[in-house]
Amino acid sequence: MKKNWWKILAVICVLYTIIAGFLFKVPAQPILHETIRNLYFHVPMWFGMMTILFVSLWHSIKYLGKSDIQSDIIASQAAHTGMLLGILGIITGSLWARYTWGAWWVPDIKLNGAAVTLLIYLAYFILRGSLEEEQKRARISAVYNIFAYVMLIVFLMILPRLNDSLHPGNGGNPGFNKYDLDSTMRMVFYPAVLGWILLGVWLMTIRIRIGKLKRKTLIND
Amino acid sequence: MIKHIKNIAAVIILLFISGAAFAQDKTDAATTTDAPPQAMPPVEMATGLYQSGKIYVVVGVIAIIFAGIIAYLVMLDKKIGKLEKEINNK
Repeated sequence: MKKNWWKILAVICVLYTIIAGFLFKVPAQPILHETIRNLYFHVPMWFGMMTILFVSLWHSIKYLGKSDIQSDIIASQAAHTGMLLGILGIITGSLWARYTWGAWWVPDIKLNGAAVTLLIYLAYFILRGSLEEEQKRARISAVYNIFAYVMLIVFLMILPRLNDSLHPGNGGNPGFNKYDLDSTMRMVFYPAVLGWILLGVWLMTIRIRIGKLKRKTLIND
Repeated sequence: MIKHIKNIAAVIILLFISGAAFAQDKTDAATTTDAPPQAMPPVEMATGLYQSGKIYVVVGVIAIIFAGIIAYLVMLDKKIGKLEKEINNK
């Protein structure tokens, strides 16, 4: 129980987000209307994805240093969990876009950047699947994973800021100021981000434990 | 466990308090951003749903589903823990 306090924190934060996210007052904005509440659910998906993919990157670098196969298991399982959050993020974003911008998808730098990022990580799994030998697979995919995270930074953080975009937080403006993230919204948004990140990490640890068990049983056989 | 509950409570309280640190933002935004002029019609919000109070039903349903998923996740977590013990002791 002592080790699991952060899981309790995750549940409390997300539950608070669900309740406060629907019930607290939000600023009345044209076009957005009540959909502004999506901020508490759509945006934390991406925060969670970036956090978990950073864990993946970290263990890929660690693998290259020490060649410990456990690091490779963590890196690959974390990438899987990161993709789950990324796909949820892109689907929720698409639905939100349909009712605010009027289309499921618009050729916008941020949206296309997000799609390209997901495809880059998809290629990571294809790369892993195509290599048979364990150490070789771990080494090559660790190198690719570093490249993938750099591309993620470029496509999600840098390019959208250099160009005009419909998506808030771009075009030289890193914050949500345009949408008037007032103090009531911040009171829900920050716990939301923390809660969803921790929940994502919990899912990740479950995947990692399964991955490690799987390898152990394979060796025992 | 009790110590951790204290920690968690402290974090949550601090999160709430941190909202107050941004209390000035709204007035700043009003002077700098392109706020809609007063003449514009009010933005349509789901006021009816909030007035009737039935929004609480929606929140209740989502909270129940979330609770169910978390309960499932906890059980899964415990199952893996057991499996880990079994395999590691072999």
